[in-house]
Amino acid sequence: MKAFWALFTARNKEFYRDRAGLFWNIAFPFLIIAGFAAIFGRGAEPTYKMGVVPSQGEVLSYQLPARVEDSPFFSKVEMPNKEEALEKLAAHRLDIAVQAGTEPLSYWVSDTSPKGAIAGDILEAAAAEPEVLKNYTARQTIEGFQVDYIDWLFPGILGMNMMFSALFGVGFVVVRYRKNNVLKRLAATPLSAFQFLSAHVVSRLLVIMFSTLLVYIACVLMFGFQCKGSYLALITVFMLGGASHVSLAMVIASRGSNEEFASGLLNLLSWPMMFLSEVWFSIEGAPGWVKGLSQALPLTHVTSGMREVMSYGGGFAEIMPQILILALITTVFMALGSWMFKWTG
Amino acid sequence: MDIMKINNLVKQYPKVRAVDGVSFGVRQGVCFGLLGPNGAGKTTTLEIVEGIIPQTSGEVLYKGKPRTRDFAQEAGIQFQSTALLSFLTVRETLATFARLYKNPMDLDKLIALCQMEDILERFNDKISGGQKQRLLLALALVNDPELVFLDEPTTGLDPQARRHVWDIVRTIKTQGKTVVLTTHYMEEAEKLCDEIAIMDQGAIIAQGSPADLLQEHGKGVLASLPAFSFPIDPMTLADENIRVRQKGDNIQLQTKDIKGCLEKLLQAGVDLHSITVRSPNLEDLFLDLTGRRLRE
Repeated sequence: MKAFWALFTARNKEFYRDRAGLFWNIAFPFLIIAGFAAIFGRGAEPTYKMGVVPSQGEVLSYQLPARVEDSPFFSKVEMPNKEEALEKLAAHRLDIAVQAGTEPLSYWVSDTSPKGAIAGDILEAAAAEPEVLKNYTARQTIEGFQVDYIDWLFPGILGMNMMFSALFGVGFVVVRYRKNNVLKRLAATPLSAFQFLSAHVVSRLLVIMFSTLLVYIACVLMFGFQCKGSYLALITVFMLGGASHVSLAMVIASRGSNEEFASGLLNLLSWPMMFLSEVWFSIEGAPGWVKGLSQALPLTHVTSGMREVMSYGGGFAEIMPQILILALITTVFMALGSWMFKWTG
Repeated sequence: MDIMKINNLVKQYPKVRAVDGVSFGVRQGVCFGLLGPNGAGKTTTLEIVEGIIPQTSGEVLYKGKPRTRDFAQEAGIQFQSTALLSFLTVRETLATFARLYKNPMDLDKLIALCQMEDILERFNDKISGGQKQRLLLALALVNDPELVFLDEPTTGLDPQARRHVWDIVRTIKTQGKTVVLTTHYMEEAEKLCDEIAIMDQGAIIAQGSPADLLQEHGKGVLASLPAFSFPIDPMTLADENIRVRQKGDNIQLQTKDIKGCLEKLLQAGVDLHSITVRSPNLEDLFLDLTGRRLRE
């Protein structure tokens, strides 16, 4: 136990004295969330860029029908003439171009732009008489709690940051220690591989918890996020997520002393996780094999567990599957990492 | 009594036999040196004995038995080059390593022994080469070991820093500790070691105390002269009593009969103004045994 504490405190000192690492651990997730909050805002809907071509007459007018003017889906950009509007449309700098003062309202979209097709449909719906539309569709809005994208994103970003901190903070460091013979020096002491690995894991979990807590508090204060469910359940799923990723890093770092190779391997793991674990977007409509692959990634279970608790008020009962899966992943990888571990390259 | 006994050690890598049937014993309380050029297999041998790398075959006995887990508690090890845990001061580094052992040495004593009072609060990667070497030496002594392994403890150090390390090694010898060191510095082996084994190409080619080895292999004396002192081809002076070698700009003559040799030089009209005569050292012995210089 004495040896464990010696190494645990040494690792902690290394973390908080490494100012550059400390800054990025805390600043990176905060900057991402701040950036997304600035782009999406709260409750805002996606907008399409509409280029308005002035009406042809003695006085240039950009006036559009009132219902189009009032539509929240378009941000309007006044164009000097039609040619420039079409040029920008072709270059995907505009989603749609509209000729002011025409009846019926003339507009252009690019066939190669998916956003253009949607923008066209929205324009047609906006321009039509509501009474006419009622004959074709009936609009209803869901009642009760709805999640803004930024609220949906928040647990994903925390999870992603945890993943990077766990994988690179452990995997990379252990390989570097092996390369520059720090591990060899430790191997000459009575320290066991398990003591070394567990001190590393616990220290990194503490670091992850500490940096996440800071980011969480700052984001709650600045953007008004809230956790609707059990904090204990949230911490549990997050900690297990951290442990599973640190254990995964241990497997990667169990052998070898080539930092470039380790870095490549870590990137190879972290990038698919970032995109397939629903950090940024849902993969609801993705092909079956993508969904299957997603289920094999620990980060998927972290983000879904955290979202269940934070956004939908879940507790231990609701996230038990995630907890069990993450505990299993942690146990398997930890055992594998300890078994495969080598002090020297 | 031998504290360590090594029998017929072999280390085979895919393309090279790094250690080829090495056997030696280390008596308790002595300083034992493995001497040889780079690539001779000294470090591989030492790391097998330390338990860091496994041998292909052969036997390593500590106090007459195979090593157990307690070996790490009782042995102190200094590697040739190791980085240490980052962002720790020298004091914290010592304290961290001390806590890995059951019976560490008193840190104040260790700090005094290794002359580290001035650098305690500096980060372990922000100290000079000599200071780093003393810190690594201190880490090898942190468990107050009976047996200390030092792998090229003074390589790359300036003469003053080297003497510092020698002083520490002499002090720990007086405390009754057994020291096993590797070196390719002759002077270091002659000054520190009670016994040496000279290694070349993975095998021990001579073994004994420095004095005995010189007595046994390096008979006679060495006379050196600048090449320009010779009016004739120096090689024509060689006979059964005189060996002649070119060493850079000098001609070296090894002989058991210095009087006869000098007479022969005078007869040949050699200018003796710049002659130096000395006893052979371990460097000469190595050259004699292998035909190569130690640092080639």
